[in-house]
Amino acid sequence: MADYPVIEAERLTKRFGTLTAVDGISFSVSRGDVFGFLGPNGAGKTTTMKMIQCISPRTAGALTVLGMDTSTHPREIKAELGVLPQETNLDPEFTCRENLLAYARYFDIPVSEARKRADELLSFVQLQEKQDVPIDKLSGGMKRRLLLARALINDPKLLILDEPTIGLDPQGRHLIWEKLKALQAAGNTIVLTTHYLEEAERLCNRLVIMDRGKILVEGSPADLISRYVGNDIVEAEHTPEVVSCLEEMGARFEIYGDMVQVLTDQPREVAKRLFETCNPGHVFARRASLEDVFLKLTGRVLRD
Amino acid sequence: MTDREDHDQEYGYILPRVSRSALKVWRRNWDVFFKTYQVNFLPPFIEPVLYLLAIGFGLGMFVGEIDGIPYVEFIAPALLSISMMNSAFFECTYSSYVRMYYQKTFDAMIATPLSIDDVITGELLWGATRSLIYSSVMLLVLIGFGVVSLPSSLLIIPFSFIAGLMFACIAMCFTAITPGIDALNYPSFLFITPMFLFSGTFFPLSILPEPVQLLTIAFLPLTQLVIVARSLTLTDLSPLFTYSLVWIGVVTAIFFVLSTWLMRRRLIV
Repeated sequence: MADYPVIEAERLTKRFGTLTAVDGISFSVSRGDVFGFLGPNGAGKTTTMKMIQCISPRTAGALTVLGMDTSTHPREIKAELGVLPQETNLDPEFTCRENLLAYARYFDIPVSEARKRADELLSFVQLQEKQDVPIDKLSGGMKRRLLLARALINDPKLLILDEPTIGLDPQGRHLIWEKLKALQAAGNTIVLTTHYLEEAERLCNRLVIMDRGKILVEGSPADLISRYVGNDIVEAEHTPEVVSCLEEMGARFEIYGDMVQVLTDQPREVAKRLFETCNPGHVFARRASLEDVFLKLTGRVLRD
Repeated sequence: MTDREDHDQEYGYILPRVSRSALKVWRRNWDVFFKTYQVNFLPPFIEPVLYLLAIGFGLGMFVGEIDGIPYVEFIAPALLSISMMNSAFFECTYSSYVRMYYQKTFDAMIATPLSIDDVITGELLWGATRSLIYSSVMLLVLIGFGVVSLPSSLLIIPFSFIAGLMFACIAMCFTAITPGIDALNYPSFLFITPMFLFSGTFFPLSILPEPVQLLTIAFLPLTQLVIVARSLTLTDLSPLFTYSLVWIGVVTAIFFVLSTWLMRRRLIV
């Protein structure tokens, strides 16, 4: 395969009337990446996905997928994509297997080949026993798995997953993660959006955090955590005593409601000093997570 | 080049860019139709029988003949025309809207190499096919009752596809601009129902005031269907036969282009 990035975006922009949904973002996804788009509602993630999928035209900037321009080669690009949509759009009038076969037809996959792949994919997503069941008899987790199987029917060069585990219970979520890990290990290139930061931390080797149409930061999860919040966090009750104590210590801390968070590389020492000198109620030390980075960068104000 | 011009160049084009893939969309609808054929085939059998009995034979007893034709034979082609209109129109309004908006079938399709133009064209061809299926079934019933003449009536079958395509294209324009599924009741009641009654269906146009007659012949799509269908089932060519066929061809072309353009405008954002 030629040596070009799977996706290359430069100053990519999308405006709806006066609203700028995606505001001149640049990024590049390489082969084998699992690349995450994170951000609060309205950050521009889904709009970006739609531009990559060639179903929403960009307003300005440049965007190539698999070396082809999305505005001039939509059919060729879409033939190589596998898309797991945010909203279930399986065909309710067909069974699981029929859904896969009908979808294979849109990609011009010969019938015998489509049957073979449908069998393989149904067993990959553990739905062999449900293959002749109509869609409305499936659980939410099964539907997501079937959508994943459908996204793989054309053996795509790029998988686009828009909120792959949205609305699933923990079991369902872990099963999807397991499948995505397997796909990643097989060398697939995956782009995903998610609200679940644990998911991004587990799956992505690179990610961007978006807000208000712009990319705030880019990097690997571990890299972002150490860069923006340090390795560890100590949480204590928010009392005047604790605050003055921390100020004395010269610690980096932030106050969220009834809680104080101290960002530190020496959690034991901070916790110990808090206990010994400030009467902090309870103290809790933990590893910093992507969620801390996310909240630090995008704030705690609710978005709708 | 400005952003807007860029966008227009990519998606604001006029003539639809359709590929062979439209047939895959058609095939999807065909597969679904025959999966539930038990419910799909009963109405076109029963409906004409009811109309024939109630209006053709019942009301016909009082009417007797129109222009020397038994009343039941006068309305038989009208029933066929109405069936072409209804099957295509309702398929490409309510059913297409459900696939587009509720089931997100269109979204699923355009995530594959299919374009919106392919999807819409496939839907239109399916609407036309549904017209062909329904009116062909109905034709069988009418032949059974001996109220249409043969073999010229068999031309109804190819004609129903073209007539259905025209109504499918008109319907798709409404689907493309409707704010919600309930608003589709407007074209159904204000466009389809009046046509059902005033297109030379159950009484001849000649009893209408002359200006109304002219308006009907100039503008109402169903009038053209009835003119053509009646010429075929009575084997008696109307002087307007060619006019109506050309009218149908022209209007189909216009509304085909318009419906795909409106749908691109609605779906590509």
